[in-house]
Amino acid sequence: MDETALLLSRIQFAVTIALHIIFPAFTIGLSSYLAVLEAQWLRTKDATYMRLYDYWVRIFAVSFGLGVVSGVIMSYQFGTNWSRLSETMGPVLGPLLAYEGLTAFFLEAGFLGVMLFGRDRVGPGLHFLATLMVALGTLISAFWILAANSWMQTPAGHVWEAGRIVPADWWAVIFNPSFPYRMVHMTLAAYLTTALVVAAVASWHLLRGSGDAAVRRMLAMAVGMIALVAPLQIVVGDLHGTNTFEHQPVKVAAMEGHWETQRGAPAILFAIPDPENERNRFEIAIPNLASLYLTHSWTGEVRGLKAFPPEDRPPMQWPFWAFRIMVGCGLVMLVVGWWGAFLWRRGTIAIERRFLQLSVLAGPLGFVAIISGWIVTEVGRQPWVVYGIMRTADAVSPVSGASVSASLTLVAVVYLIIYGAGVWYLFRMFGVGPALPPQERRPVASAGPNRPMSGADIATEAEG
Amino acid sequence: MEDIMPVIFVGVLAAAILLYVLLDGFDLGVGILYLFEHDRADRDTMMLSVAPVWDGNETWLVAGAVVLLAGFPAAYAMVMPAFYLPLMLMLLALIFRGVAFEFRFKAGRSRFVWDMAFAGGSLVAAFCQGLVLGGYIGGTADGDVSFRWLSPFAIFCGAAVVVGYTLHGACWLIMKTEGGLEARMRALAPKLMVVALAALAAVSLWTPLHSTRIAERWFAWPNIALLAPVPIATALCVLWLWRTVRTATYAPFLAVSAIFTLGMLGLGVSLWPYVVPFRVTIWDSAAPMPSLWFSLVGVILFLPAVLAYTAWSYWVFRGKVRMDAGAYH
Repeated sequence: MDETALLLSRIQFAVTIALHIIFPAFTIGLSSYLAVLEAQWLRTKDATYMRLYDYWVRIFAVSFGLGVVSGVIMSYQFGTNWSRLSETMGPVLGPLLAYEGLTAFFLEAGFLGVMLFGRDRVGPGLHFLATLMVALGTLISAFWILAANSWMQTPAGHVWEAGRIVPADWWAVIFNPSFPYRMVHMTLAAYLTTALVVAAVASWHLLRGSGDAAVRRMLAMAVGMIALVAPLQIVVGDLHGTNTFEHQPVKVAAMEGHWETQRGAPAILFAIPDPENERNRFEIAIPNLASLYLTHSWTGEVRGLKAFPPEDRPPMQWPFWAFRIMVGCGLVMLVVGWWGAFLWRRGTIAIERRFLQLSVLAGPLGFVAIISGWIVTEVGRQPWVVYGIMRTADAVSPVSGASVSASLTLVAVVYLIIYGAGVWYLFRMFGVGPALPPQERRPVASAGPNRPMSGADIATEAEG
Repeated sequence: MEDIMPVIFVGVLAAAILLYVLLDGFDLGVGILYLFEHDRADRDTMMLSVAPVWDGNETWLVAGAVVLLAGFPAAYAMVMPAFYLPLMLMLLALIFRGVAFEFRFKAGRSRFVWDMAFAGGSLVAAFCQGLVLGGYIGGTADGDVSFRWLSPFAIFCGAAVVVGYTLHGACWLIMKTEGGLEARMRALAPKLMVVALAALAAVSLWTPLHSTRIAERWFAWPNIALLAPVPIATALCVLWLWRTVRTATYAPFLAVSAIFTLGMLGLGVSLWPYVVPFRVTIWDSAAPMPSLWFSLVGVILFLPAVLAYTAWSYWVFRGKVRMDAGAYH
């Protein structure tokens, strides 16, 4: 086996999937938000909802496009870089991915055209149906891909036959032990992420004095969402952690920073882990708390990393730190949600500058939390690619290190350009805001009366 | 069922690949035609003609990969690493052209960058698909088991796919546009057609010349009589295209689609029953029965719906491209 190919393939997969997940996470929440806006518009005929729809649908289109193109590469990397995984585990993973394509990708793609371009060609009811189907597609996609990922974390429902995995009970494969928790945790994360972005954009415009009724409404909707979902997410996250403790205790030991097996294990708030000497420095901990939330007993036993052979332990620094970042983000979200809800009840949310500043700063926290969370769960699964069954080192393709370094270099260059431009255009669109009706957002210099597609166009750069 | 199921599944796989070629081929061709069309309004029209459907078209590429993985994991594991670099290059090229749909209409001074991304991405993606095709067919030559995707033959196939897709794109634009753009496409299409058909003929002759198996498949009695309709139908479609390309609206696009379909059929005849040419049959590499059954249920339940709403989406955007106020850009 080519060690270089293995390491570079791992880096390539990590980079492409981390940059990919940003956009699906955002568009899962945003498509649901758009469906709510359009439903509200159809119900109340309040033009503010349509204005918000028109504003966010353009941001959705860019984000969705980035999600699609960065996603196509994923379905090929299973084969190009991880062919041994595909050959052995394909009988389980293949059908799950096929279902994702059949029930989700086509649904999204089939209705996206009508959603983005078809409002004049179909009635309002059909257009709403298109928005709804796109939103549904994003959730179904999450269902299948998280089923596949969760099966790799907590495999179930399969048998071994002639050196490969054979599915024995599809229900057990799909609803494997960690799937329900991961599904709910990720869906809530997507909704939180979107709500934080919407709140941040609204707050930015209120701070700049370019806020109006539409901006205030989207702030209220986003804050309401965060206030409800942030505490719920903390509860779900705790349940997910308990589930992980049951099925992947070594991952929890790494997250918690526990080296020794203890009864009445402490919750370590902060420490500098010292893996060389298998201990922590500068530890700040609350006694017995980890036992309490992991085992629901004051003196419950929590196994430490030393209870597992070194070759079966994950590189503990990654899950340890990523877990703390994720939890920290979650707590800030809770503050944004509850403080915002309190201000909204008082009727001062649109003028409380400290809150608005916090809300702007908290805008990207959903993305930070999602990537941290995935680092916890994916690095925490190592050295296994399918937990307890197949090691990552045994999964890599027989490709040369030179090939992978060539592709990784290209990936880095392409993603830098594409993501650089994408983030730039997205921020320009955030900066314009929904305050003006679309006609007034036309580019000034270039738009002749017959210029195609300029009806609701904005020039996001100064025209030459 | 152990014998029949892989046959059903290779049918699903072939359908997915054929639909990809038919749907994304013209879509990439429109991108390549950016190299010939420089007027900004014409480029807007060209992009808008595929903007509502390109995402669905490209989804068939994902479908092809996942059906291969679900149905024939061993073949997937063999073919994908063998074509590592051309596949990676194709995927990255598709990223460039995909984002161009969004970025181009957001850009001001930098529009030319996304025009080039759209054209270049389409060109490179099409060429890489040809390299993979060439390497795959090249592996059929007697004694050759290497998947050489950088051989002269593979490069020739790369160029052939580029020309073929460009022809399909030109016929799409004949159908979807008006005025000067349509007229120029009608003038360009016959030239592309001559080159594309010469390439198709060359590949069709190369394969039997380099593989006695394929030669026997086509030319041994009674196969030669049974299979004769394939080249004959292709010739008729060529004639149909030649007679309609200057005047008809829909016929040129349909004729090229039919030629592509027959080309795929011919390839299927040559390779049957191998999924990796002359090494791994569909039965050798098929997934276990519980996997195939589960996937088949999904195909039966959802594929008709996919085809229905895809057709509906094309129907909604039928006819010549209109500049709707309802477009979101």
